[in-house]
Amino acid sequence: MIQTFAFYLFAVLTIASGAITIMARNPVHSVLWLILAFFNAAGLMILVGAEFIAMLLVIVYVGAVAVLFLFVVMMLDIDFTELRAGFVKNFPLGMALALVLLAELVLGIGAYRAGALELGTPDGSAMAPVGESNIEAIGALMYGRYLFLFEAAGIILLVAMIGAIVLTHRQRTDVRGQNISKQVSRRPDEATVNVKPEVGQGVTL
Amino acid sequence: MTETFVSWGMSYEWAWAVATICGILLIALPLMLAVAMIIYADRKIWAAMALRRGPNVVGPFGLLQSFADGLKVFLQETIIPSAANKGIFLIAPIVTFTVALMAWAVIPFNSGAILSDINVGLLYVLAISSLGVYGTVMAGWASNSKYPFFSAMRASAQMISYEVSIGFILICVVLWAGTFNMNGIVLAQKGHIFGFINAFAFNPLLFPMFVMFLISGMAETQRAPFDLTEAESELVAGYQTEYSSMSFALYWLGEYANVLLMCALNTTLFFGGWLPPFEIGFLYWVPGIIWFLLKTFFFFFVFSWVKATVPRYRYDQLMRLGWKVFLPVSLGFVVLVSGYLMLTRYTV
Repeated sequence: MIQTFAFYLFAVLTIASGAITIMARNPVHSVLWLILAFFNAAGLMILVGAEFIAMLLVIVYVGAVAVLFLFVVMMLDIDFTELRAGFVKNFPLGMALALVLLAELVLGIGAYRAGALELGTPDGSAMAPVGESNIEAIGALMYGRYLFLFEAAGIILLVAMIGAIVLTHRQRTDVRGQNISKQVSRRPDEATVNVKPEVGQGVTL
Repeated sequence: MTETFVSWGMSYEWAWAVATICGILLIALPLMLAVAMIIYADRKIWAAMALRRGPNVVGPFGLLQSFADGLKVFLQETIIPSAANKGIFLIAPIVTFTVALMAWAVIPFNSGAILSDINVGLLYVLAISSLGVYGTVMAGWASNSKYPFFSAMRASAQMISYEVSIGFILICVVLWAGTFNMNGIVLAQKGHIFGFINAFAFNPLLFPMFVMFLISGMAETQRAPFDLTEAESELVAGYQTEYSSMSFALYWLGEYANVLLMCALNTTLFFGGWLPPFEIGFLYWVPGIIWFLLKTFFFFFVFSWVKATVPRYRYDQLMRLGWKVFLPVSLGFVVLVSGYLMLTRYTV
């Protein structure tokens, strides 16, 4: 009974907060509702027994991606009338995308129902093999059967990251950075010099 | 506890629900009391280090000071700035406080004394601690005032930076323990050094991780010397500037609950949790929870000690420490630890 109650709680909250994400007028409110949707989706994952995916969802999406979203949206000065002016213009494109997504969902569920795909267990849960935890099962698959695909994905992400850094990096010469090892290795006898210049001679620095 | 309720004639589901609620209360209420006392202890420790007396008026030795402060803020008026975003302004302290309590669900206080003994315990801690930033960011934005906003931006950058290295440090511990389960991590430390010392911290490969975790913990909870989010010389009171009364008190309680959580995590991950420090028979007569609390309070003393003695970092120094020192070093130690384990434990 508790499972059923929890499922409907999470499901209703996920859909509702997803809907409010689109409808909220304030973009910061939108992001906060999106975070609530992520969080409830993680709850649904726990209900089907995929606790590792649930934790990753919270760590990656809520803990990192959404923080950056919020960070950017908070600092943007968004003109709401301008945003709404584009609504009519972009409406056909949006509808087309929505239809494609709907068709994909219908096709996917249809294929799964027809028994053509072997995904998870028939009752819809994603249980790990008996006697193994989620993490061990995923680890064994990723570092066993799919090792090369996994490493290739890692390398692609690394290249993308380095590319982004190279593209945005600029060498600035006008800033004076702090060289900590230089500061620490400085000694009094080389930092101060006692001079006694003659009258009218001054010192060279 | 569930079995007890089942034996009283409840169905399993109801017994589980009642037992869980009792467990939550058993953790949350003593935790609140501990937070009140720890604020007193914190003030006494700073006072002693600054050769002052500290709170000594309310109750014997000033012991009731925190309760008097609590009563005071409770009776004050809650002021909401007229330009504030009201809903988020009020939710933000609740988020901070709730998140600070949530992570305690997977902390083992004794063998078996753990609210939910899940096998992704440490990942859960990581997930919850990554939520902590929202309370601060929401407060900073909703206050609609510049100092809280600066503070919120500082907080989010700071917490994201240090979470990365904390993640790598935790991976080292998990690799050595071979499990994400918190009880499993504690048990893996039994007799870790020469079969005598119950702690990961004295392992030469994990000792640097322990030191870095202690420092990252201070940065993550925004304690001195990393309390740049509430640097009073620059930002008035940071994200709390516009808060008053109970909403301010919730931040206060949440902050100290987070500090205690970091101390408890240090204890659990590196100092053997509820195990006695040495593998000697008679030390096991002392209940595990006593050892756990002693170690946690020791770490809290270290936190206060640092706060009383170390000056505040500058923001660029903070970022440098996080990204240029901790991140490469912890990444290097992930390689070292996994390589060592590969050579010794898992034969290729």
